[in-house]
Amino acid sequence: MSAVTDVAPVPATRTREGAPRRHRRQRGGVVLGLVAWLIGLLFVVPVVWMLLTSFHSEPDAASNPPKVFAPLTLQGYREFFGAGGGASPWPSLLNSLTAAVLSTVVVLLLAIPAAYALSIRPVRKWTDVMFFFLSTKMLPVVAGLLPIYLFAQYSGLLDNIWFLALLYTSMNLPIAVWMMRSFLAEVPVEILEAASVDGAGLVRTLRQVVAPVILPGIAATSLICFIFSWNELLFARVLTGTRAETAPVYLTGFVTSQGLFLAQVCAASLVVSLPVLIAGFAAQDKLVQGLSLGAVK
Amino acid sequence: MPRCMRHGAGLAPMIVATLAVTGCAGWGGGPGGGGGANSINVLMVNNPQMIDLQKLTATNFTKDTGISVNFTVLPENDVRDKISQEFSSQAGQYDVASLSNFEVPIYARSGWVAPLDSHVAADPSFDQADILKPMTTSLSGQDGKLYGEPFYGESSFLMYRKDVLANAGITMPATPTWPQVADIAAKVDGTRPGMHGICLRGQPGWGQVIAPMTTVVNTFGGTWFTKDWQAQVNGEGFRKATDFYVGLVRAHGESGAPQAGFTECLNDLEQGNVAMWYDATSAAGSLEAADSPVKGKIGYVAAPVVQTPHSGWLYTWAWAIQQASTKKDNAWKFISWASSKQYENLVGSQVGWSRVPAGKRASTYSNPEYLKQASAFAQPTLHAISSADPLNPGVQPRPALGIQFVDIPEFPDLGTQVSQEISSAIAGRTSVDDALNRGQKLADDVAAFYRSGKASG
Repeated sequence: MSAVTDVAPVPATRTREGAPRRHRRQRGGVVLGLVAWLIGLLFVVPVVWMLLTSFHSEPDAASNPPKVFAPLTLQGYREFFGAGGGASPWPSLLNSLTAAVLSTVVVLLLAIPAAYALSIRPVRKWTDVMFFFLSTKMLPVVAGLLPIYLFAQYSGLLDNIWFLALLYTSMNLPIAVWMMRSFLAEVPVEILEAASVDGAGLVRTLRQVVAPVILPGIAATSLICFIFSWNELLFARVLTGTRAETAPVYLTGFVTSQGLFLAQVCAASLVVSLPVLIAGFAAQDKLVQGLSLGAVK
Repeated sequence: MPRCMRHGAGLAPMIVATLAVTGCAGWGGGPGGGGGANSINVLMVNNPQMIDLQKLTATNFTKDTGISVNFTVLPENDVRDKISQEFSSQAGQYDVASLSNFEVPIYARSGWVAPLDSHVAADPSFDQADILKPMTTSLSGQDGKLYGEPFYGESSFLMYRKDVLANAGITMPATPTWPQVADIAAKVDGTRPGMHGICLRGQPGWGQVIAPMTTVVNTFGGTWFTKDWQAQVNGEGFRKATDFYVGLVRAHGESGAPQAGFTECLNDLEQGNVAMWYDATSAAGSLEAADSPVKGKIGYVAAPVVQTPHSGWLYTWAWAIQQASTKKDNAWKFISWASSKQYENLVGSQVGWSRVPAGKRASTYSNPEYLKQASAFAQPTLHAISSADPLNPGVQPRPALGIQFVDIPEFPDLGTQVSQEISSAIAGRTSVDDALNRGQKLADDVAAFYRSGKASG
């Protein structure tokens, strides 16, 4: 406590009542910090448990009560990567990557101009347009499943990763337009006017003024779209077969009603989660900026 | 107008900038899976025997025939959904699928699967006569044609810890009755710390609690439906059996019984949490595997009975060819290899004899190599499968095939709904009477449909 007092600058005009108020504030900060840590731990514990289980043997992983200190093994990971002639996860991981990256790129290509036309230079009745975008998310996904399956069957698009990428694009586009619109709306009119006064054209304004401001927003939107596409299971399970199978469908294949599978599933889940985790960590700074920008909005 | 043009021109660099930020659009490559003219697609359930098959296919079948096999492996419930969707629409994505003897006759009636008789006739080395008779019967359609070839088959029997019973001074009869089993469960319950008397499935699902419980119902004199489609779920035999089953699980059953299925019970017996287990004969392969903690400690006897001479169920995962497949000849070559004697020998020599997909061929049970490794459970398994009678499993005539199920398309839904009631009764949330009365209403709706003659089958 004394260290805190030493470090904290003491205002010259401090009143006698000031000290207890500061202490109360500090105590409040400690409590809030503890709560934040507790919530953080609650989120992390299942992941840590999954990590630990993935390094256990199947009987140890399934034991009840759990054996926390059981010997560690890489068997779950070996099985996942197809040791001993088993199936390889790489085709399904590549399929997921293809669908997720492609749909994210196309979504951004379409969402950014749309958001521009809804915020910086709003088109007439832009609120109706926004509502229209949102209304496309109101139909339960499952209600469209059968018509889409039949369409894909008659069009020869079953088990086709490009078709899946197209579906993911259409599913994520409304969200991306809404997100990008809120980020673009944050760009202060004053700096656009200042740029215009300084003689900057539209291209230069977009490149040097708007782009730096909305880059965190683009990062956040990309990651959200990537995660949604990467994790999607319902359409992937129904529409893909042996060629276009995605990682989540491959992952469910480890669940069996006969025999033990917990360690393998944990290993597989961790590997499948890695690309999203890596993307999240890589864009951490931009994400915090981007997501908090949206939150303030 | 010029203003609009300026806006439009301004978007192009933004698109380019976006591309630069998100990575070039040409990335990604083609789909990751395989395909081709000389390949077939197989959709199958994720059971250990199938995973062994998947591992052995490329180095054996593909190497010998040049036919590559692309597998999709899914959990049981998911694979049923996917096969039903695929076959009912005749999408033709998959040439071969793993179907159980529940689906094969129903799919055959609908014309979704191709008859195999001509393939069998042209392939004498397959030796159809070696396939156990109850298997062939259960995989044939009403038209008498064969629609599926078994990959492995199972019945049900009682597994028990020989050492635990011996310590308690108990001798297990060769064909025990259910009251005897209940008596033994009471005696061995708690003889070791954390050990319960018996494991019986309690997990909801027509393939979970309903399977063993229906065999108990059969031998107690009950049935789901009479020959003329009268629902009997709250009939005397069904009620007695359910009272007995629920009472036994609640008194001497495993921990967490309302959630316990095959996997949980297998784990409980391996971990020493239960002394007995009534379930599928295929469990013996896992119990006697080299890394099993209870290898050599388990005894196997026939399914317990009351009024019938036998009460074991009959189940098989079999291969069937989709009618819409354009590669039926290649599909048959795969089936002929996967269900052959040679494949059993291959598994025996490369994976282990206790992992052989047994329960379908008579020759398996005269194979000295197999008997050497599987001696503990080979004869009880053969006896259980051979005694199973899907046409006449109880004390009264039945309207449809099936021992642990009624072979009608409505049964999975009906069975699952009733199973939820029974699971609730096991959990103590409802009484057996209430559970069965609610089940009776559901069963009566199905029975009324069949009585009305609207069902084509």
